[in-house]
Amino acid sequence: MEDILFYLFSAAVLLSAFFVVVSRNPVNGAMFLIVAFVGIAALFVMLESYFLAVIQTLVYAGAVVVLFLFIIMLLDVEGSGKIRPKAISVVAAGLAFALLALGVVGLFASGRAGPEPELPLQTAASLSRHFGYELFTKYMLPFQLIGFLLLAAMVGVIYISKKEPSPTTETPSQD
Amino acid sequence: MTVGLNAFLTVSGLLFAIGVFGVLLRRNTLVIYMSLELMLNAVNLALVSFSRYNATPDHAMMDGPVFVFFIITVAAAEVAVGLAIIVALFRKRGTVLVNEMNVLKN
Repeated sequence: MEDILFYLFSAAVLLSAFFVVVSRNPVNGAMFLIVAFVGIAALFVMLESYFLAVIQTLVYAGAVVVLFLFIIMLLDVEGSGKIRPKAISVVAAGLAFALLALGVVGLFASGRAGPEPELPLQTAASLSRHFGYELFTKYMLPFQLIGFLLLAAMVGVIYISKKEPSPTTETPSQD
Repeated sequence: MTVGLNAFLTVSGLLFAIGVFGVLLRRNTLVIYMSLELMLNAVNLALVSFSRYNATPDHAMMDGPVFVFFIITVAAAEVAVGLAIIVALFRKRGTVLVNEMNVLKN
């Protein structure tokens, strides 16, 4: 049963990710992005990281995709015509895929990929309580830094998206 | 569950490859950005599956999920800043296509 679910979610994630890349209209791409993110959240559930699955759905499928859609509709970008990538890009993409495929095949061939299914019944990551405990003990400094980073990002976004003064009123100083 | 670590890593690798394709083959900045998010998610999936399959009852292996938690937070901040930059670029140049952003060339 779980195997079927795994293959189902993996296929959903990979297919929708593929459609994100190839869809001509960015709005369709953003919609497929939601499917991909929710599918990854489902894979997190299969890995018993329930808290991360919730966070993934809230932050990615919620906030990030909404931001993307908002910007796409704000800029009113028309869908591109046929996607005609440069030859050098195609070569680079093919090379990257070949390297990655080599890595995956090597992983399977080596047989040293890591422990196979024998799993404990419940891991600590499945409880949100452990997240809170780790965040406020071992990872206290990164946690505070992340808060500061969010503040800095907020200030930066407000500054960047501020309406810039028109060129007539702005006189560049020459000295 | 009979699905092993290798299956999750394969999915993660394929997802990362699709993200790389998006970054390399597309010219729309917004689509490139979405592909970047896909790549981040692929790495998250790999981290979570590694920590899940290496966990033992006496050693909980919380580092992977906590790391993913931080990655998600940074990614959210990064998306906000990046999209603000794209909007500013669109205001200045009137386009979001990367092949038309060659102002430094002249």
